[in-house]
Amino acid sequence: MDALIEIERLTRRFGDFTAVDNVSFRVARGDVLGFLGPNGAGKSTTMRMLAGFMPPSAGRARICGHDVQSDPLAARRLLGFLPEGAPTYPDMTVGAFLRFVAAIRGFRGAERTERIDHAVALTSLGTVMLQPVETLSKGFKRRVGLAQALLHNPPVLVLDEPTDGLDPNQKHEVRTLIARMAPDKAIVISTHILEEVDAVCSRAIIIANGRVVADAPPAKLALLHPSGRLEDVFRQITAPPQPVTQAA
Amino acid sequence: MRNTLLIARRELAGYFATPVAVVFIVIFLVLQGALTFSVGNFFQRGQANLVAFFNFIPWVLLLLVPALTMRLWAEERRLGTVELLLTLPVTETEAVLGKFLAGWAFCIIALALTFPFVITVNLLGSPDNGVIAASYLGAILVAGAYLAIGGAASAATKNQVIAFVLALAACFLFAAASSQVVTDFLSTQVPALAATALKLGVLARFQTFMRGVIPARDLIYFASLIGFWLFANVIILEHTKAA
Repeated sequence: MDALIEIERLTRRFGDFTAVDNVSFRVARGDVLGFLGPNGAGKSTTMRMLAGFMPPSAGRARICGHDVQSDPLAARRLLGFLPEGAPTYPDMTVGAFLRFVAAIRGFRGAERTERIDHAVALTSLGTVMLQPVETLSKGFKRRVGLAQALLHNPPVLVLDEPTDGLDPNQKHEVRTLIARMAPDKAIVISTHILEEVDAVCSRAIIIANGRVVADAPPAKLALLHPSGRLEDVFRQITAPPQPVTQAA
Repeated sequence: MRNTLLIARRELAGYFATPVAVVFIVIFLVLQGALTFSVGNFFQRGQANLVAFFNFIPWVLLLLVPALTMRLWAEERRLGTVELLLTLPVTETEAVLGKFLAGWAFCIIALALTFPFVITVNLLGSPDNGVIAASYLGAILVAGAYLAIGGAASAATKNQVIAFVLALAACFLFAAASSQVVTDFLSTQVPALAATALKLGVLARFQTFMRGVIPARDLIYFASLIGFWLFANVIILEHTKAA
């Protein structure tokens, strides 16, 4: 199995506070990793380090073998990243924004138009291409961020809460989209929605206080609690007074 | 280079997509006009030149350029778009240069829109247009220096007001270092610093351009000043982007 994402002993400290503590995992092609954890557990920080945006205090992250710190451009070309909150330039129209990202990604002329059309079709943005991003609803903004990450059909996708703010239909669409892309990509998504993990993820990591506390396929993870429900497992593992459980 | 130009084009379009461009240009032209005619006594001087106009340029730019640069990075960090921009396959240097070039192009557009002054003075008399061209070049370089300083200040903070005040203070130091008041004070109090301050100051350099001279050492001065602050911008950005 070729691991497209390799994270080794990644650690990030802010002063005395350790936001991410010795996190290691690998994601192979065909895997969809659900990254779970309470707010402030270190999910976004880990994803920022994986995207090469935030330098780690210790450890390393590699995308398709390229270290995100020492070989950042090669790593970023192979990465589609949706940052937390799906930031986009508010004054730009959706079309102008996607053209800008596509140009930076090195696409020109007909290929650029084709790439944009494809990403727009995948994320159903066709009707808002001429609207400034700031006038869009939360769900549309999220999909603009998603379209931007999919433009170059990258082998590695890192999506920070891709379905946040979407209505149930749109959530379903995005999940279907992720499931459809899964076979040729290594995908990491962070989410608070546990049913989503069941629906699309082949593996789930639960992180609490910066540490990986569980790493298993969702079905196996669910067995950790007598009720067999992921939600109960999540609460049992991440609620502060409870003892930490390590899944196989 | 390609990425730098792409970023510059996006930035420049951003100025015009918001009221920033119109407000900036209108205020710049109104201020310059008012100062030239009322304070600068353009007509009473009875001379066919634009000295009254260019005398105020470094001070008007001092006020307005930090307003332009304060959002460069501070806003990107507040919106989180910096995370998007710097996880695309672009380097920090390309991004810094792109934003700087966009700001510079914008300042050149604003300066170009002062062309009625040139027409006016040419209708009233026969000025030395070479001197005017050299003065414009000097004004462009002063704007570039302020932009580079302001960009670095903007990378240092998420707060646009702080970015504005920092940039204004830093630009003022460079503008005033060679002014009469400062050099007179320094030469009596700290003679060792007076010569250095005179060399570092933007104003004295600009005044040589206003005399119609384009000395190589002043070009090198502006290039180094801009280069230094752009470099500082990259370093500051690398340290603050994810904080």
